[in-house]
Amino acid sequence: MFDRDTWQEILATIQKHKLRTALTALGVFWGIFMLIFVLGMGKGLENSVLRDFGDRAKNVMYVWASRTTQPYKGLQPGRRPRLRLDDIVAIKQNIPEVEYIAPRLSMENIPVYYKDIGDRREIRGELQDMINIEALKLHKGRYINQLDIDESRKVAVLGKRTAEVLFGEEESIGKFVRIGGVEFRVVGIFGPTQVKPWTESDLEAVVIPLPTMYRTYGTGERVDYFVCSSAPNVKVSQIEPKVRALLKQRHKVAPDDPRGIGGFNLQEEFQSIKNVFNGIQAFLWFVGIGTLLAGIVGVSNIMLITVKERTKEIGIRKALGATPSSIVGMVLTESVLITSISGYLGLVVGTLIIGGANYIMVANNIEIDNFYNPQVNLSVGVGAILLLITAGLIAGLIPARQAARVNPVVALKDE
Amino acid sequence: MIRLNNIKKSYQTGYNHLEVLKGIDLSIQDGDFVSIMGSSGSGKSTLLNILGILDEYDSGDYYLNDVLIKDLTQTDAARYRNQFIGFVFQSFNLLPFKSAWENVALPLYYQKVDRQLRKEMAIEYLANVGLADWADHLPTQLSGGQQQRVAIARSLITKPKIILADEPTGALDSKTSHEVMELFQKVNQEGITVLIVTHENDIAAMTKRIIRLRDGIIESEGLTASAVASR
Repeated sequence: MFDRDTWQEILATIQKHKLRTALTALGVFWGIFMLIFVLGMGKGLENSVLRDFGDRAKNVMYVWASRTTQPYKGLQPGRRPRLRLDDIVAIKQNIPEVEYIAPRLSMENIPVYYKDIGDRREIRGELQDMINIEALKLHKGRYINQLDIDESRKVAVLGKRTAEVLFGEEESIGKFVRIGGVEFRVVGIFGPTQVKPWTESDLEAVVIPLPTMYRTYGTGERVDYFVCSSAPNVKVSQIEPKVRALLKQRHKVAPDDPRGIGGFNLQEEFQSIKNVFNGIQAFLWFVGIGTLLAGIVGVSNIMLITVKERTKEIGIRKALGATPSSIVGMVLTESVLITSISGYLGLVVGTLIIGGANYIMVANNIEIDNFYNPQVNLSVGVGAILLLITAGLIAGLIPARQAARVNPVVALKDE
Repeated sequence: MIRLNNIKKSYQTGYNHLEVLKGIDLSIQDGDFVSIMGSSGSGKSTLLNILGILDEYDSGDYYLNDVLIKDLTQTDAARYRNQFIGFVFQSFNLLPFKSAWENVALPLYYQKVDRQLRKEMAIEYLANVGLADWADHLPTQLSGGQQQRVAIARSLITKPKIILADEPTGALDSKTSHEVMELFQKVNQEGITVLIVTHENDIAAMTKRIIRLRDGIIESEGLTASAVASR
């Protein structure tokens, strides 16, 4: 089938009708191009929305204390349990699915000054892991480390905007700031991975080691809330009830008390948005395949005309001993060739445009709301190629059957 | 070689039932050189199509090389055509986008012969019809007589049992017609059965036997003068 003659014959027919073949090929080209382009753009939309969730937020949960509503073990309702640092050890020991766990204790409206410039800020007491869990990034220097915690050092990591307010253009690392009247050395600058209305506070907060906060400001050894991330491949929605149950038990809260220990995770919201995008993607496939189908019908149509024009040739071949299957093979090969080449071009151009858009956005640091990192999955590409070959076969099917049915007696009749 | 017993064939055209062959009994021996004559509508083309397994017949029996040719699948019919029969047509029926040698080699393609071997054989057969130097020419670059000789080379390349020629000189002038007929005579002398359909008496006279058809039956059958003379 893949003999040189087969190719030669196909090329001969294609060459004879360059314009017609090109127009036919355009249909398939456009179909595949649209499929790839539209799916890639859809992916860009999806990526931008998922990015707003933050990199790690998908598998992050929050757990905090609130007033109990039920009496338990002789304790009255209305009591607020106090979360402590030793809960961390208990959680780590009992629930191995938890990857990171980070406590936070906040003090609001604390004056933060460098020389005589300053403002009131939120001060956060943390351990070293918060930056591994929440959608935060370090701009400069370092975050809180183990040594800071062990030695209760007076070090501070400034939110990016606070650093700008206090220091302007000046170098801040190593300088001392006064937080609530106490001198702290600046060791780093951090901020949210993405500036959004709900991440403003991360731009302005000042982070100090939690033990330092306990000692310096006499807050008492408590924690506002823990942020936990689940280990890879573990759904955070599975560990949230476990963490809450453990903390309820440790803090003598009735197991069926809906309050006492509160918790929250984004898993379900994330999942529902993911489902929306799966729906959108299915729709885009539907539209793309529809466009492709129109192209296939075009190829099929042209192939029918080609077969009609070649009736005489097919008759000659049959008289010379061509079997119906070899005739079918000839037509199908031509059809698959046209669809594959034009479709492949569509695939390449679509991918180039998507990749180019992404490249330009990354290279020029362009940030567009609702659009980020458009991409074409390998699976989409492979799927498209399989689709093309199938399309070529389908397009050639009817013309090929027509060709096989050519009656040599009629075909060879002179005039 | 060929044996026809009471072959009948009719066509249904609209409401008309047209009986084209009304019972043909015919036998052609190995090495014979036969011409079939008859006016148009006499059924000679239909007979040739049936002999060439291009068309089916309604009743009777057709034995080719002692094989009953009846109710064959398209694939089997294609195989028998390829093995046993060489066709020559009035309008040559060469593929216009293929060179002379590629046209000659085409039947071998359907026998899955290797391309290099096909080319060697095709050029050898072209040499036999005196066209070795024209192997790479396209049919449009050849004269009518040359094209027909290419077609004859093509019909011979599979070493068929029989050559079926439908008005092979119909599109040629009388001089080239005679050259082509001489080529058929040469082919026949090499032992290949040749059957041609013609309506020209001088062409028929160059064969050994003439069968005249009229209204779907054999009207007369006889040796030609040259055949009688050569006895």
